[in-house]
Amino acid sequence: MRTEVSQAARGALALLAAALLALGSAAAPAAEEAGAAEGGKLGADWQSWRAKNDVSDMPSVQRGARNFVSYCMGCHSLKYEHWSRLGHDLAIPQALLEKDLLPPGDKTTDYILTSMPASDAANWFGKTPPDLSLMARERGADYLYQLFTTFYVDPTRPTGANNLRLPAIAMPHVLSELEGLKGAVFRTVRKSDGGSEQVLDHFVPLAPGRLSATEYQGFVRDTVNFLDYVGDPTQTARHALGVWVVLFLLVFTWLAWLMKREYWKDVH
Amino acid sequence: MAVNSASGAPGGLPGEDRSAKKGLWAWINKRLPLSDFISEQLTGYYAPKNFNIWYFFGSLALLVLVLQLVTGIFLTMFYKPGEATSFDSVEYIMREVDYGWLIRYLHSTGASAFFIVVYLHMFRAFLYGSYKAPRELLWLVGMFVYLALMAEAFMGYVLPWGNMSFWGAQVIVNLFGTIPAIGPGLVEWIRGDYGIADATLNRFFALHVVALPLGLLLLVLLHLVALRHTGSNNPDGIEIKEKLGADGKPLDGIPFHPYYTVKDVVGVGVFFVLFAIVVFFVPTFGGLFLEGPNFEPANPLSTPEHIAPVWYFTPYYAILRAVPDQRLGALLMGLAVMAFLFMPWLDRSPVKSMRYRGWMSRTALTLFAVSFIALGYLGLQPAEGLYVYLARFFAAIYFLFFLLMPIYSKLDRVKPVPDRVTYHAH
Repeated sequence: MRTEVSQAARGALALLAAALLALGSAAAPAAEEAGAAEGGKLGADWQSWRAKNDVSDMPSVQRGARNFVSYCMGCHSLKYEHWSRLGHDLAIPQALLEKDLLPPGDKTTDYILTSMPASDAANWFGKTPPDLSLMARERGADYLYQLFTTFYVDPTRPTGANNLRLPAIAMPHVLSELEGLKGAVFRTVRKSDGGSEQVLDHFVPLAPGRLSATEYQGFVRDTVNFLDYVGDPTQTARHALGVWVVLFLLVFTWLAWLMKREYWKDVH
Repeated sequence: MAVNSASGAPGGLPGEDRSAKKGLWAWINKRLPLSDFISEQLTGYYAPKNFNIWYFFGSLALLVLVLQLVTGIFLTMFYKPGEATSFDSVEYIMREVDYGWLIRYLHSTGASAFFIVVYLHMFRAFLYGSYKAPRELLWLVGMFVYLALMAEAFMGYVLPWGNMSFWGAQVIVNLFGTIPAIGPGLVEWIRGDYGIADATLNRFFALHVVALPLGLLLLVLLHLVALRHTGSNNPDGIEIKEKLGADGKPLDGIPFHPYYTVKDVVGVGVFFVLFAIVVFFVPTFGGLFLEGPNFEPANPLSTPEHIAPVWYFTPYYAILRAVPDQRLGALLMGLAVMAFLFMPWLDRSPVKSMRYRGWMSRTALTLFAVSFIALGYLGLQPAEGLYVYLARFFAAIYFLFFLLMPIYSKLDRVKPVPDRVTYHAH
């Protein structure tokens, strides 16, 4: 009888914990593989594309760091992250860090900063490229994933490229050599308030890049994964510690409950 | 060498030792009534034996208060108030300070946990009529704790100096500007500048870490003094002091210590399990406890798409936005908070507990709880389309709950209240 009660209590606790977790992680629906052709309409469902990244996947975060240094650091900084922190957290040996990732002249104790002067950047792009340390926390990994996968050719823009996630984006499509070029075909839909808006009907591939569609998705996923790590670099350590803390508290609560039951035997 | 020792006999030492200890306890108690305090407040304080799950949240609120004070002290060691330093110092705590992330997440999750336990604690009072005579002042002091807590939470939210901190402060402080005549001057006086700026941030820091915690502690102390004086209410709403045994103790009461101390420890355990799950696995709680836009530094030139306060203020925020006229909206928002103060005098029911009330009171309380949660949800949504009409509908129910209470609580058919509390030994 007693064991049944305590089992029920523990079951209820586990359920509550699961419910809390489900609530907290907000939107994580099982979305289709992004970019996959949906009934011939490529990209019509772009708003449901999910990053599906996993910060505990160390090789993916490492590849993301490489991608960042190769493609992003020309303009963007990670002003809250040291090179040495990066090396430590991503298990990159010091020698490799200095040889392959560190810009010439930088020390491992330096922050990860772009060498592009802010005033020049503002002149060239109309605004200074934002620091990316906290971008994944501010916007979410899915936002970044959709941003990197919905660039399209738009001759009316100064950079020749536009973006569905961030229309009139100031950033050029710097990954076009990898992804290739695609155009966007829009259709007009009527809104409930009587107005109308342009929504994407489908993407049209214009020129192939160096990577296949699947490879490019992997490239973006790794990069987003890295930015997710940089946004909250302690998260994997936090999860690991949390398991033990919760287990300890469960045992503590169980003992406390036994003690309470013993004392309350006197109460009639 | 100690040849001149008077108590040379080896057999006398243990006894001497014990009397010395007893002597110290006696010495202290002659000067500081520790022993009396323990017997009056813990072992000799009789609480009703029929407390249910709703009675955990008072002690949990006290626990969270201590947690916030302790984590707050450590945060203050590294936090640097100032337009140019606040945001960076918070990231420094998150990244460079040993276990700084833990301290910060405990504090940020603690803020939300505080409101969760306080709202449940308040709902308990609604359920069992704990605000009714002779506990009107206990309720009033508790409401002042709630008001101080709201001010504390609001100012704390501004300190990280994220973009939502900035714009949230902008919206809330501007509400004071709707007060006729003195409004604009008052807003300037609160901000200490012509806009939300460095001066505002620094004074909010002073209020958040010194003035309001002192006020909170004083009010909580008064709340406990009043509670010990009137004694706790219970799920049956029966005064246990009216049925005394031969020994002069309440028949339905049990000493707070050890019975409720051991029971509250179980509550603390369950609370900490849930709390730790949030802190370690979902500290932002999907943007509810820590909002995404607040990871962008404050920027007066860039307004977030939707300005929404943290979830614990959203029921009132929804009421504010439901009214087309800003001045009237701010007034109703203020009234929505203040309405709680009048509960002891609005409720005319002859019984305290919902257990012995009729369908009218039960329906009213259910509708009120649903409206409060619905308004909380609507306050997080953009104020457009259907949402605005829903917010008006639920705001109307919210106010009718209070306005009509003198009528329905009197008309309601109540059941006879038993002499003794309902309790089944386990």
